[in-house]
Amino acid sequence: MQKVRVAVVGLGKMGLSHFAMVNAHPDVEAIACDGAGFMVDVLGKNIDTPIYKEYDQMLAQAELDAVVIATPSRLHAPMVKAALDKGLHVFCEKPFCLDWQDSQRLTEQAAEAGRVAQVGYHYRYVGAFQEMKRLVEAGAIGRITHVLAEAYGPVVLRPKRATWRTQKAEGGGCLYDYAAHPLNLLNWYFGAPAQVMGSHLGQVFSDGTDDEVFSTLRWDNGPTAQLSVNWSDESHRKMSTKISLIGTNGRLYADRQECQAYLRKPVEGLPEYTDGWTVKYTTELTGDRWFYLRGEEYSAQLDEFIQAVKAGQGAARENDFASAVQTDRTMAMIIENAETGVSVGEAPIVNAPSKPAKRGWFGRS
Amino acid sequence: MDRLLFGDNQFFGINHMSEEKARAQAMRFQKAEAIMDVLDVAYDAGIQTFMCTTHDRIADIARRVKADPARYADFTFYPCMPYAHKYANAVTEHGMVGALKEFMPKDGLLSTALAGSKALATKEVDGIARVLIDMEMKMFEGVRAPVVFIQNVFTDLLLGMGFTRAFRIFDDHIREKYQAEPAYITMNMPALLNALEAEGIEHPIICSNINKIGFRMSGGFDAYLDALKSGRVRAVAMSVYASGAIPADEAIHWISELPGVESIVFGASSAGNIRGTKALVDKYMAAPA
Repeated sequence: MQKVRVAVVGLGKMGLSHFAMVNAHPDVEAIACDGAGFMVDVLGKNIDTPIYKEYDQMLAQAELDAVVIATPSRLHAPMVKAALDKGLHVFCEKPFCLDWQDSQRLTEQAAEAGRVAQVGYHYRYVGAFQEMKRLVEAGAIGRITHVLAEAYGPVVLRPKRATWRTQKAEGGGCLYDYAAHPLNLLNWYFGAPAQVMGSHLGQVFSDGTDDEVFSTLRWDNGPTAQLSVNWSDESHRKMSTKISLIGTNGRLYADRQECQAYLRKPVEGLPEYTDGWTVKYTTELTGDRWFYLRGEEYSAQLDEFIQAVKAGQGAARENDFASAVQTDRTMAMIIENAETGVSVGEAPIVNAPSKPAKRGWFGRS
Repeated sequence: MDRLLFGDNQFFGINHMSEEKARAQAMRFQKAEAIMDVLDVAYDAGIQTFMCTTHDRIADIARRVKADPARYADFTFYPCMPYAHKYANAVTEHGMVGALKEFMPKDGLLSTALAGSKALATKEVDGIARVLIDMEMKMFEGVRAPVVFIQNVFTDLLLGMGFTRAFRIFDDHIREKYQAEPAYITMNMPALLNALEAEGIEHPIICSNINKIGFRMSGGFDAYLDALKSGRVRAVAMSVYASGAIPADEAIHWISELPGVESIVFGASSAGNIRGTKALVDKYMAAPA
């Protein structure tokens, strides 16, 4: 069977890890591309994989099926476009594009060409968040009204040297880097919000961008969510993302490790969930892939991308470009709201919850 | 190697099941005192080897052990390097080259090489690697550290990229400078074993998940068993309880019947769990082969 030819573009923190996993994949013939000196220099001398220094040159010369784009976010739009123009399948790191209209155009281009087009929101591959999705769809906790989406971690802990991650125009900042993840999960569970209000993009140590994010998001016939994100929190060893949902029939909580459910009454179709607490762990919800580096979810998302390309599926199974446009748009709403102080979007539609038809006291209709 | 090694995840807020438990442990073990109390329980139960990350707090533990040779005559460290978060944070803060410069001697040749615009020569890359290893080993001066591991995130990053020559540099340097056994932690044992052999590293000590239910045995359960049976690897088994999914007695009994497993590494915070695991290992894995 012919191998899938994949180029990993950008050998920064995420790019190196993507490259290691892609390069180790038994169905892949990998190459890499990065302009920066040091990494290319060291790897170029020590590994067999070819490394291109120019993206355009690589696209012109290399025989490829797909690219994995892990460059600074500002470069995503032009690089993804160039790859799609060449007819390649694309896996792009998150956030997708800084201007959601670019995201929209690229989504259409990929769909028209039938390319597998996926964005690296890896939390959708974490067993606990997948279980939460399953429970939400099964109506486990009834009508969900109350949502809290959080992410905390130690990225910017003091005033420091600027890198692209600390510059808004480059796609840096806590909103794009951290808040994108819980927002993407909310988009997955509830779709695009109707209205965004009460947003705050605050600076703690950074000059160029935000270190903390608050926002209130409201959905048509859906919940109200509060977003609380801070990447200047040293008490967390690494990034921690958590979602809490309260509904008429109970409560759900998920983080990377576990999904906790409290059900007031059991629900049809979920026999393993009794009333009261049920806890499921990511360790029991996920299986092994070909290679483990930092967590099953990173391997799983790349494996699905590669398998979709190999099978000629013509579309991504999860995290397709269209789903990432929702998150880009949601972030654009938060930015506009924080800048203007005016609510963005329309007040959500609220239809009265459907009630069972009233019956007479003695059950006669 | 001893049959049973004591691990350190529990001391640093690492728990594969629950963030709440991880935080409770981080609170309990923020002072070296509290870590030492648990290590004392393990040591007095006859578990003499502490397999530990090169975390700053471990330096304090090494000082305590060194300061009381009568009490800790047989206390042995198996360092596991690097402490990845230290580097990840430095790279976030200073960039890749900036981070390396942070760790190099300030006026040495390597620091100068990194500051220049010229491509680094192979011997300079090797030199940088050795300086980084030496820095991690500093805290173990004057204590027993006969086996030195590379942490799995690092091992597996190098393995995935195909940068396996780094294993050769590590292997040579640990043997030559420290007269110690180089060893490797990985989540991909069968693939790593092949890569090490291709670098001419035979019968390596490899620590990886080995458990009855195949939990996080990436590369496949059968490939692990084949590697163990082949006699090509000296295995250290971790996650033998698969994060609590396998009853202790059953887990240890199963491991004891596998060929090629020389040691088990486990982490625990309570005296009951420590003594319980020790008793099971004594029962099923009595004498070293």
